[in-house]
Amino acid sequence: MASSQSALSALRPGVLTHENAIEITGMNKWFGSFHVLRDVDLTVKRGERVVICGPSGSGKSTLIRCINRLEEHQQGSIIVDGTELTADVKKIDEIRRDVGMVFQHFNLFPHLTILENLTLAPIWVKKMPKKEADEIAMHYLRRVKIPEQADKYPGQLSGGQQQRVAIARSLCMSPKIMLFDEPTSALDPEMVKEVLDTMVTLAQEGMTMICVTHEMGFARQVASRVIFMDQGQIVEVNTPDEFFKNPQHERTKLFLSQILH
Amino acid sequence: MTDMMSPAVSFVRPTVIEQKTPPFRTSGPILWARENLFSSPLNIILTLLSIGAVLWVVPGLVQFMLIDAVWSATSSKDCLADVVKHPVGACWGFVTARFGYLVYGQYPDAERWRVDLFFALEALGIFWILSRKTPFKIAGFAYFFLVFPVVGFILLSGMSSIGLPTVQTHYWGGFLVTIVISTVGIVASLPIGILLALGRRSAMPIARLVSVIMIEFVRGVPLITILFMANVMFPLFVPEGWRPDSLLRVLVGVGFFSAAYMAEAVRGGLQAIPRGQYEAAQALGLGYWQMMIKIILPQALKIVIPNIVNNFIGLFKDTTLVAIVGIFDFLRTIQASLADPNWRTSQMPLAAYLFAALVYFIFCYGMARYAISVERRLATGNRH
Repeated sequence: MASSQSALSALRPGVLTHENAIEITGMNKWFGSFHVLRDVDLTVKRGERVVICGPSGSGKSTLIRCINRLEEHQQGSIIVDGTELTADVKKIDEIRRDVGMVFQHFNLFPHLTILENLTLAPIWVKKMPKKEADEIAMHYLRRVKIPEQADKYPGQLSGGQQQRVAIARSLCMSPKIMLFDEPTSALDPEMVKEVLDTMVTLAQEGMTMICVTHEMGFARQVASRVIFMDQGQIVEVNTPDEFFKNPQHERTKLFLSQILH
Repeated sequence: MTDMMSPAVSFVRPTVIEQKTPPFRTSGPILWARENLFSSPLNIILTLLSIGAVLWVVPGLVQFMLIDAVWSATSSKDCLADVVKHPVGACWGFVTARFGYLVYGQYPDAERWRVDLFFALEALGIFWILSRKTPFKIAGFAYFFLVFPVVGFILLSGMSSIGLPTVQTHYWGGFLVTIVISTVGIVASLPIGILLALGRRSAMPIARLVSVIMIEFVRGVPLITILFMANVMFPLFVPEGWRPDSLLRVLVGVGFFSAAYMAEAVRGGLQAIPRGQYEAAQALGLGYWQMMIKIILPQALKIVIPNIVNNFIGLFKDTTLVAIVGIFDFLRTIQASLADPNWRTSQMPLAAYLFAALVYFIFCYGMARYAISVERRLATGNRH
């Protein structure tokens, strides 16, 4: 009984202590001599759901990868829930524990079962007892509607199922913020909806999210704001309604005319 | 019929087509032979040539090794055609008569039970960690990598305080030395090699530099050079009296030599792991060592099992080179026995070297087969 109660308490999503979940100011990044992110300013409030879109190579993936330091920025500051990202490894690990990430290519661990994929980080990073980690993992597998796959290996699942497992894997760490890097781009058309549904549920529960995606239906349904990026800069920010109805910038208009047929 | 003939714009299949059996056989021995042995003119020629080669070699070999063989002898006289009254093939009596020397070298007769016990303990450890069905795997690894080396060392070299007389390493010889050198080489090379491979790919310049120098230096010189350095040069640089045992020096040399090759094999595996695996592990908050031990190395090592086993097999055979620095390994004891005037006939080396080949083959082939079974087992677990 005791263990299931503590497991339930661990089920509560992480709570942001600051009003601003993410504060990016004057951030610049270069790949070699290529200026990939230029003077990016972006503040994401607690509970906000931000969708980032833009043409390929516009730096949108790089931007969200900077938030958990998979990429290093060279200028400006990134503050995640009050902690500034610097070279300090301790702080990086702290932030990574609180920020979940879902990748385009799922990046599940192919040599571990689904359950092991989910319990690995809670057991090794949070030092959670295995039994408790298993309970939490099963809870999230039920939430993404594939508890029966727990003992299979990632390679035996469809793309949509794998991506749902990847989302559940992040949730097991009770993240305060979730980053999605084109989560549906590598999926067969038939499987996009099951992943989007999972993300919509998450958004409706109040998770702070940043999604790089071209799913405009998703953006309309859940986004608090839509950000359009081009050539490493934030070109336009607006509410989804205004963004789709009245795009202001020429580049935005051209982009929307190309993706909305 | 007219409906079928006209090009239909709309079509709906009302029923599902049932599965049918194929119109001709798609498996079976004859089909296998046709596909694998006689699929093209070149393959037919190669198949016939192979059959011819087997027919040419095997009967003579069987005649020599089994039919005409002499199974017991006390000296080479018992293997002369005049004495046995038929053409003489392999003189296995040589092997049986010299068996003790081939296995133990000069190890004192009264203490040879210690070597037997050592072999048994090693076999137990190997079976424990390699077999799928044995329980307490972690205890098995602890036994083989921690307990067994200490117990084995005390057992072989002796400890007077517990009543085991000291046996100096220059009395060790034969198969015992081959097993000791290859076991130490194999057991030491994997962990050191993994560390060197990680060091070479590390972001820390010092770790990278040390690993690169170490790997490239060792790979750049032949094993024989390292053995000479260990046994001839090294003693010149250290003061008299502080001179480690010659077998120990060779063991260290062989360990580092195989570790350098292991490092490059492991590095190949590390490079094959997609960047996304590192990123997913980092994004979950795993530290460097957790990421390596839990995520990257299990996948990387699985990929390079063939290379690792290749290195093990190479190392096992390379142990014969220690004869050059005066250590009597298995092959060297056979040569030494052949020099014995009691066993000097022109036939003798044939049987002796056939026996040596057979022993080396059994061990190397065993390693290769085990590796294949491991690959199969791991492949079913993690289909991509």
